[in-house]
Amino acid sequence: MITVTNLALLAFMAITAWAIARTLNLFVATMLAGIYSLLIATVFVLLDAVDVAFTEAAVGAGITTVLFLGALLLTDRHAKPHKHRFGTYGPMLLVVLLGAALVYTTLDPLMPHFGDAGAPAQGRLAPEFLADSVRQVGRDGPTATHIPNVVTTTLASYRGFDTLGEVVVIFTAGVGVLALLGGGAIGAGAGGRRRRSARKDGGTVSGRGSTTDGADA
Amino acid sequence: MIEHVVLRVIARLLAPFIVLFALYVQFHGDFGPGGGFQAGVIFASAFILFALIYGIEHARQIAPPAVARAAIGLGVLLYAGTGVAGMLLGGKYLDYSVLAHDAGHGQHYGILIVEFGVGVTVAAVMITVFFTFAGRRGVLEEREEAVLPPDGDEER
Repeated sequence: MITVTNLALLAFMAITAWAIARTLNLFVATMLAGIYSLLIATVFVLLDAVDVAFTEAAVGAGITTVLFLGALLLTDRHAKPHKHRFGTYGPMLLVVLLGAALVYTTLDPLMPHFGDAGAPAQGRLAPEFLADSVRQVGRDGPTATHIPNVVTTTLASYRGFDTLGEVVVIFTAGVGVLALLGGGAIGAGAGGRRRRSARKDGGTVSGRGSTTDGADA
Repeated sequence: MIEHVVLRVIARLLAPFIVLFALYVQFHGDFGPGGGFQAGVIFASAFILFALIYGIEHARQIAPPAVARAAIGLGVLLYAGTGVAGMLLGGKYLDYSVLAHDAGHGQHYGILIVEFGVGVTVAAVMITVFFTFAGRRGVLEEREEAVLPPDGDEER
């Protein structure tokens, strides 16, 4: 049953990806990308990776779609059709070949099968991580201090430095957006407040004068 | 979209519950799925929903950009500062075991504080990025107006 569900979800994902590649309507592409994220979040749930699924649903299907929509406001709703140097089906062929090669490598008898309990990751590393998580968090076994969510302990404590790096990446992304687009004229800070009040007072006509006001700030 | 009554009412009804859910995900991340990353995004989505329905200006009054910008750095500082606190108390960097009387409690506190730092930064970055993008259109239009000659209005 799980296999059937997985195959159905993967088929839906392939169809969605195909539709995204086909459409020239950017609004449709954005919405389909959100659907794609929701589908892969469902696959993560089936793989028992609930935390990852949660993140994918919130970030991929939620906030990314909204940010894309925000970017769409600044550009056209339709992509310009353009000619590919190798035709429409050349890149397609390359991608299909690459995908087939990746699937072929999983057929290697030495590779662990999907969901194999005897896979090296399950046999050696996972028990160590689980034991470490419990030992780190509650030395006396499952006491009041025991944190049941192993993902949280691994993420925040066992790999705390790694997660600090991830937060810094997000920090850098925010600072980058502010540095590129936010430089004072966006209506934050003093210039924006002045401009807003000017618009309230003088209606649309004063917009021209207040813009230079904001640019000076 | 402020003219749609249903959207307006539902958005106002939903927003507090979205924030509540974000806080649940934030502080329940040690017992269930969740944590700072997800909570931050959900928290930001409440403000983005509000901004979509009521307009960016209203949303800016609720979440002032200056506060959001400060929070971007604050979250990272909280995370890194927890590590430094561990060092000051005699442990290694980001070793939470020394934060309380016993290692178990220390780990729990450390993880909660660090996750809160993650949530603050993620929420602030998401809000800032959305406001910056959404506020960009008005800026561009005003700039176009500004470069037009005084009698150039008929060109539009």
